[in-house]
Amino acid sequence: MKFTKTLLLMLCLSLAMVGFAQAGKDLDAVKKKGFIQAGVNGGVFGFGMPDEKGVWKGLDVDTARAVAAAIFGDSSKVKFTPLTAQQRFTALQSGEIDVLTRNATRTLSRDTQLGLNFVTVNYYDGQGFLVPKKLGVKSAKELDGATVCVLPGTTTEQNAADFFRNNKMKMNPVVIESTSELAKTFFAGRCDVLTSDASQLAGTRAVAPNPLDYALLPEIISKEPLAPAVRHGDDQFRDIVDFSVLAMINAEELGITSKNVDEMMKSKNPVIMRFLGTTEGNGKSLGLDEKWAYNIIKQVGNYGEVFERNVGVNTKLGLERGLNALWTNGGLMYSPPFK
Amino acid sequence: MQEQSSPGTDILKPSAAPFWRDEAKRAIVFQIVALLVVAGVSYYLYSNTQANLERQSIATGFGFLDKEASFEIGETLIEYSAADTYTRALAVGALNTLKVSFIGVVLTIILGTIVGIARLSSNWLISKLAAAYIEVMQNIPVLLQLFFWYAIFYEAFPSPKQALNPFDGLFICNRGMIFAIPEAHAAYSAMGWVFLLILIVGWFANRWGHRRQELTGQPFPAVRMTAVAAILLPVLVWVMYGSPTAMDMPALRGFNFQGGITISPEFSALLLGLVIYTSAFVAEIVRAGIQSVGRGQIEAAMAIGLRPGQVLHLVVLPQALRVIIPPLTSQMLNLTKNSSLAIAIGYADFVAVTNTMINQTGQAIEGIALIMLVFLFFSLSTSLFMNWYNKKMALVER
Repeated sequence: MKFTKTLLLMLCLSLAMVGFAQAGKDLDAVKKKGFIQAGVNGGVFGFGMPDEKGVWKGLDVDTARAVAAAIFGDSSKVKFTPLTAQQRFTALQSGEIDVLTRNATRTLSRDTQLGLNFVTVNYYDGQGFLVPKKLGVKSAKELDGATVCVLPGTTTEQNAADFFRNNKMKMNPVVIESTSELAKTFFAGRCDVLTSDASQLAGTRAVAPNPLDYALLPEIISKEPLAPAVRHGDDQFRDIVDFSVLAMINAEELGITSKNVDEMMKSKNPVIMRFLGTTEGNGKSLGLDEKWAYNIIKQVGNYGEVFERNVGVNTKLGLERGLNALWTNGGLMYSPPFK
Repeated sequence: MQEQSSPGTDILKPSAAPFWRDEAKRAIVFQIVALLVVAGVSYYLYSNTQANLERQSIATGFGFLDKEASFEIGETLIEYSAADTYTRALAVGALNTLKVSFIGVVLTIILGTIVGIARLSSNWLISKLAAAYIEVMQNIPVLLQLFFWYAIFYEAFPSPKQALNPFDGLFICNRGMIFAIPEAHAAYSAMGWVFLLILIVGWFANRWGHRRQELTGQPFPAVRMTAVAAILLPVLVWVMYGSPTAMDMPALRGFNFQGGITISPEFSALLLGLVIYTSAFVAEIVRAGIQSVGRGQIEAAMAIGLRPGQVLHLVVLPQALRVIIPPLTSQMLNLTKNSSLAIAIGYADFVAVTNTMINQTGQAIEGIALIMLVFLFFSLSTSLFMNWYNKKMALVER
């Protein structure tokens, strides 16, 4: 009886602990841990995927590294958790990860109902259609009655349904959870068309048995601003993640790269001096070391470098900058002043 | 103080033992305590979750069920479009789970029984083939089998344009099997009603026949008569309605076949995988059941002049079923639960639909609760039915 009572007491206590586990600011928790736990894709080439040596590579992965460089001055102080589209928000909500950099589209309902804060967009994407060339389809408007391969757990299913409804067409979805299994199914001809974010389609086409047999249709049916996200409740941490992304964009605007950043430290341009922390102030405002932006650029690179390294024209994906070019080059990448 | 007033009654009625010494009362107290602890823990977990969700401003509640689902589902038993509510989308998913589970269970029992009996065959080859089937299928994880069958369906069959067309009205391609079905006509529903009516009449006739046999010893061939009537009368109705023969023929229009009925590769692969995997277990259960009936009983039954069919029907099965039913129930439940692997190969079962819903609404707790509730409902109803059947089959001791 005594034993049962003790057991019961322990049970109650351990249950009570659950309630308090999440207390404390996210930034404090991260600093105490000594590293950032980032949720990433794990299976999308160019965005988040380990290479053959097990080193994580990708645009989203590098974004998480930039946050680590800003907080710890060391871009390697980050651990990655590969998440499926379905696990990602729950993992962030529950505190399993500190920051989500997993090509997640910012939407109103996610920002509000899920208790998340999205920060600056690190990739402007849009949903497209990939078809075998032998199908002879030139436009997505000709797809009435088509069988459509869709990856679940994204806005993709809804976008596709909306597009077909809007154009008074019928679709027949085949929804498979694993990206690679879905791609295999599509290549085998189970579906007429594969739909997903255009960047992902480029990645899928890159691994096709014969990539030249497939073509992207001209229609982009949705806006997919992919942005990192944090939980509600710690505005300082949110600011740090936000300005880590912006720092990479700003560096590209200022012409600062990982190669010339040491030289730039000697620059007498007040804008650059403020940005790199030779004129102090920005770091203090964010609660970081004054060298935070320098560390990001030195260790990770500016946005252009990160883009070209992971998804640019010289990679297997071969994506143009397009919407992701700087605003000065006709794109959407724009950073507020760092002052 | 009135201690002295009635000493006599004290002797007649010994002072009642304190309640903690009374075993019956103590048991009640323990039960109440246990109940309170369970209720307390449940309340704590619930309120804690609620508080945490509220603190992180995550939406809760089931209000989203009335919102427009706005996603399409590949296979539906009821009318459904993206403009319908989440509730309807979930109903579509639940029916799809029910469809594959029900057909799966029926086929599993048939195939399992055949293999189980084959395993006992005196023919060496048949017996060893059945044994090999059981050993191989039991020991390959069901998820791998699903991937295997699915890959066969989409890799081996041609595209719709080159669809195999073994005879008129049947097409086989990587989009599935497409059958012609008779065009809707009043005759078919009338035939359905007549068929149902005959089954009901047959059931009563069978009961009456049994009672008569017990009273007078004269058998009445109710089952055979019902079977004959169930085939002949609907045909008669069909002729009376002017024997309609118009068929809804599938034809390739645009990307896919239109018309007829399509059995998708996803459904076929899931059904095949589940049936082949589970029937290996059922075969072993059937074998154990039959072997549990003593050889002497069969010999005795034959000695009193029963025909082989009667031996099976009257002596072996009633006793074997007692052994077979309980483990068979758990295999039926296994099949139902394994059907949730459908998401791996793209069949729109309840779990797959709920997953999409969770993603669009972000309400994971509600979604998972719904999945648990639905599977619990399926499992408990199966259990209830099988327990009732088990009781009916149990030997009545006289």
